[in-house]
Amino acid sequence: MHSLNTYRTGPDERGHFGLFGGRYVAETLMPLILEVEKAYNAAKADPHFLDEFHYWLTNYVGRPNPLYHARRLTEAWGGAKVYLKREDLNHTGAHKINNCIGQILLARRMGKKRIIAETGAGQHGVATATVCALFGLDCVVYMGATDIARQAPNVYRMKLLGAEVRPVTSGRATLKDAMNDALRDWVANVDSTYYLIGTVAGPHPYPAMVRDFQSVIGKEVRKQIIAAEGRLPDSLVAAIGGGSNAMGLFHPFLDDRSVRIIGVEAAGHGLDSGEHAASLAGGRPGVLHGNRTYLLQDADGQIQEAHSISAGLDYPGIGPEHSWLRDTGRVEYVSITDDEALAAFQQCTRLEGIIPALESSHALAHAAKIAGTLPKDHLMVVNLSGRGDKDVNTVARALGDDTMGGLVG
Amino acid sequence: MSRIAARFAKLAAEGRPALVTYVMACDPDRATSQAILDGLPAAGADIVEFGIPFTDPMADGAAIQSAAGRALAAGGSLRLTLEMVARFRERDADTPVVLMGYYNPVYAWGPESFCRAAAAAGVDGLILVDLPPEEVDELLPHARANGIDFIFLTTPTSDDARLPTVVGNASGFVYYVSITGITGTRSASRQAIEEAVARIRRHTSLPVCVGFGIKTPEQAAEVARVADGVVVGSAIVQAVADNAGTAASVSAPLDLVRALAAGIRAARASGRTAAAAV
Repeated sequence: MHSLNTYRTGPDERGHFGLFGGRYVAETLMPLILEVEKAYNAAKADPHFLDEFHYWLTNYVGRPNPLYHARRLTEAWGGAKVYLKREDLNHTGAHKINNCIGQILLARRMGKKRIIAETGAGQHGVATATVCALFGLDCVVYMGATDIARQAPNVYRMKLLGAEVRPVTSGRATLKDAMNDALRDWVANVDSTYYLIGTVAGPHPYPAMVRDFQSVIGKEVRKQIIAAEGRLPDSLVAAIGGGSNAMGLFHPFLDDRSVRIIGVEAAGHGLDSGEHAASLAGGRPGVLHGNRTYLLQDADGQIQEAHSISAGLDYPGIGPEHSWLRDTGRVEYVSITDDEALAAFQQCTRLEGIIPALESSHALAHAAKIAGTLPKDHLMVVNLSGRGDKDVNTVARALGDDTMGGLVG
Repeated sequence: MSRIAARFAKLAAEGRPALVTYVMACDPDRATSQAILDGLPAAGADIVEFGIPFTDPMADGAAIQSAAGRALAAGGSLRLTLEMVARFRERDADTPVVLMGYYNPVYAWGPESFCRAAAAAGVDGLILVDLPPEEVDELLPHARANGIDFIFLTTPTSDDARLPTVVGNASGFVYYVSITGITGTRSASRQAIEEAVARIRRHTSLPVCVGFGIKTPEQAAEVARVADGVVVGSAIVQAVADNAGTAASVSAPLDLVRALAAGIRAARASGRTAAAAV
């Protein structure tokens, strides 16, 4: 495939990234989607809005977070010099808060008083509940019943923050189903409610807007690696569910041809098992939740259930810009199984004293695979998108370790 | 003239609005669903909406979500939906059939090839909830080339600025979703519906059918006084669910359709009398 002059100008005015993206929503929502787009376009051109965004990122989220040279992982993997972008050190423990700060400021500009969100692992739900507490807005979070069971600590955090967590029991009761119910709520409450989508998916302008807010990750990495090494990195590695932490890291580097960019999908029990969440590796283009993108689906166009040990990656789709970056060939997409992610989770914890989220462990696992094949002067940045405290029950169960005792529910 | 246009012309001559009924293909199973579909015209349905089963019915409430679940469990698919329409057409050459569902199964089939197959099966119209005017270009030319009306949805959020975009490409009829919400939940007031229908009529001369939240013959009669068609879905689908596996699995939903049809006819008869008295 021939390369483009730039990969950073999308989407077009209709919200399309090539074949992907768009605004596939019910007519009831269409005027509201257009209003969100108009409000966002005005906000991003307003220096006051950008100042406000950066004020909260600095003083509340704790940015910039470090780009940390992981000496012991570098040594263990025996090749590339590995840096970890420490999104786990953000307030609320993951990259999700970056986007929530941006969108809550937009919702306030639009005069909305009620916020709804969907969540898988609960990280986005916690981040949304957090900004709603901060600004005194009503908050309803839709979460699959399956995820509520495996992410109990985050559910309680949301409740403490004043959010109402509504369990979703349709389908397999995970992230996809939570998004369906959030959309149903939005259709019924269009006037009062702002839908704070947590990833680079959904109808235009969400994929571009969430990317823009998360791009603070890549912009910081650019400055930090130049300060540390005097040059750009040679490779970037990030895990992908919907793909917001990855888009945030990748986007500022898309036009730097020397930078190899790798997105890591969740292969669950393996791509051949039929139980995975790798939309790019195992899906084909389709339309769901407001956009066209690669989806896990059968021949009839029925959406299939995803599987991953990581609730945050357990989604049968992926942000439309990733679908486009895959088809243009600019970004490589690979996949990592549950077992590989678990091994990386333990290795990072033991060697660096950092407990990574299971989502981020997928990126670490792929880095572990390729770092040894690369020279010692190869600079690799892995996005440590969140901390793994929320995952200790899941990990204990997967490892057959009963140390957690009654906490393992 | 298309079947939809011919049907509205006939109803206009009779001075009554259309009863538009919705059931889901393959709910609760193929044989029962086919028997219900085949029985709808005799029970009083003037236009038949036939739901395409889909895993993620984002605009639907509990009744139709459950129907989709039952239909998929019974092997329902878009292909089977067309086969059932073709069977229906063997016995009924006149009653318009409108498929209603979500875009992905159609996209997976391929819009051009699907529209050809749908026309061949006897489909007259298509309602795809998540294919708004902004994205419809990829399907509309193929629907038109095959004589299929693409039915656009208007809603309480479609204001005068928005309506020209929505009805500009419409044919067949215009569907007014009378509430902001999902199927089978709240109901709009008669006054709100009347105002909205009047607003839509300023932008189109097509018939306007009103749906969402209409459950009883009384509600249907109210809406019948102001609209060209009354759409009832969730209530019939609930009757399918409540009687699945019983001796009344076909007759109970059809009895409800008969009651709805009687309500609508009575409404217009009394409405005309009232108008004549004034």
